[in-house]
Amino acid sequence: MSKGNYKITDFVHIKDHRIFHGKEQVFKTEKSLGLDQFLKASYKNLEIAYPKFHKMDGLCKLGIIASEVLFKDHFISPDTALVFSNSASSLETDKKHQQAMGGMVSPAVFVYTLPNIVLGEISIKHKLLGENVFFVENRFNPELLRDYAEVLLEAKKTPAVVCGWIDLKNAEYDVFLCLISKEGEIPLSKENLKQLYLFENE
Amino acid sequence: MKKIYLLEDAIISPLGFSTEENIAAVKNERSGLKFHKNNRFPSEGFYAGIIENELLTEAFLKIGEPKKFTKLEQMMLLAVSQVLDKNPDINFSKTALIISTTKGNIDLLTKSSFPENRVYLSELGNVIKDFFGFQLEPIVISNACISGGLALAVAKRFIAAGKFDQAIVVGGDLVSEFVLSGFHSFQAMSTEPCRPFSKNRKGISLGEAAAAILLSSKKPKDPNSISLIGEASANDANHISGPSRTGEGLYKSIQNALREARISANEIDYLSAHGTATAYNDEMEAVAFNRSGLENVPMNSFKAYYGHTLGASALLESILTKHSLLNNELYTSLNFDEIGVSKPLNVIGGFENKKLRFAVKTASGFGGCNLALVLKKE
Repeated sequence: MSKGNYKITDFVHIKDHRIFHGKEQVFKTEKSLGLDQFLKASYKNLEIAYPKFHKMDGLCKLGIIASEVLFKDHFISPDTALVFSNSASSLETDKKHQQAMGGMVSPAVFVYTLPNIVLGEISIKHKLLGENVFFVENRFNPELLRDYAEVLLEAKKTPAVVCGWIDLKNAEYDVFLCLISKEGEIPLSKENLKQLYLFENE
Repeated sequence: MKKIYLLEDAIISPLGFSTEENIAAVKNERSGLKFHKNNRFPSEGFYAGIIENELLTEAFLKIGEPKKFTKLEQMMLLAVSQVLDKNPDINFSKTALIISTTKGNIDLLTKSSFPENRVYLSELGNVIKDFFGFQLEPIVISNACISGGLALAVAKRFIAAGKFDQAIVVGGDLVSEFVLSGFHSFQAMSTEPCRPFSKNRKGISLGEAAAAILLSSKKPKDPNSISLIGEASANDANHISGPSRTGEGLYKSIQNALREARISANEIDYLSAHGTATAYNDEMEAVAFNRSGLENVPMNSFKAYYGHTLGASALLESILTKHSLLNNELYTSLNFDEIGVSKPLNVIGGFENKKLRFAVKTASGFGGCNLALVLKKE
């Protein structure tokens, strides 16, 4: 169904306590740090200055950091669509809520027991009012992401799409987000998405 | 643009194990909400629409071995099997399976004889795929309370673009301790059966259900058919759990869906709202409907029949909307007493026969997500 002349305008990776903007490493910490410490160090290093960040769960913090890097050099239209996917849904926070169920349950935890909350947090931070969807797949699925991004762009439902993978499970995480639009050099294709996703995963 | 039709459907709920039984119950203003004992609540229990395990097992025995499947899987498999029974010639290599759920088998996080990976939503997809022999990889959508309607929108978009010929969309969620404790912590649970849009509303009632429907670009033989002619989602960019005061995302979804459908608000004959019966949600919807010029359109919420069935709700209610159009019937917005929102709405006070052609279905959820669908009777 491929037809549009769309490009992978920019992309970001976060894995193993390293952040890559495109293919360039922009930040890293010791691998021995805990996830929370890495997220805090990244937040400081990127000078995000957004107090709400500290209330978020791990998945949302990863999303905020990734979008901060990805959006840095671009004008992001308020109609930009967010098309995210992962395998563990919100399982990390689900387990936290589950453990609390014997005693006092916190609404501040429960609200994060949905994977699409990260789309909401990014939308609030960057004032995005566009299309949202969260797909749950057992592995990174470049075909689904390409197809759905193209469908939204071709149907003129959005001028640009942020799509990718944001997974967090047992403090292990893997984030790969890209900006899809008419701008840029890398054609939007299943192969290119896969290659860019694997680049840092090698 | 290809026309996308809403074809055979099925509803598995406390009101019955077929669409027909469900429509009959709604027509007769029967509710599936009952009081269930639970020490978590100061009132020693809660109202919810819960499917009786024995009845489900009995029904499931006709298609499979109940011990091998979780309650949610049995509900969703039953729903899909009914749709397939009516379409024996379906081509599994060209039919997508699209699944909507918020929490899936989340109850397996505690005691369970099922393998650990069964709690993963993609595994729920695989169970349904393998049971029937679907050949395409299932697509699972987990987007809070708009999931079921968003799954219809995703199916329509992919069929229109030619990714596949048709799709079976199935949605389901359970009333688990997990969600009960969470909504209770939000102080969102009603101490009586919920009363959407009413002055005396006290919050939500939860419910469980599974629903399934076949979507296709092939024109059905029956001249009385329903098509999905517009759809859109939008984020409020306002708050992750509090509805927007201006109803921005819902307003925008309705505008974009109407624009795609190429019709105006005054052509809409019926509006199926989300109507969870929390103070802020219903108010937000009233604001968005008024901004959209839909305040005079007959409208209802089905939540007082089923409770809030989360990832199934927008799909279940779209199916009810479809039959509303086909039958030229407006169903009562159950438990409504006196208008309890700051803007006027035309809440359906009693069953009515009326010639219907166009309907709008909306949903909103945590994360600030909103969705609108436009249905047309051909």
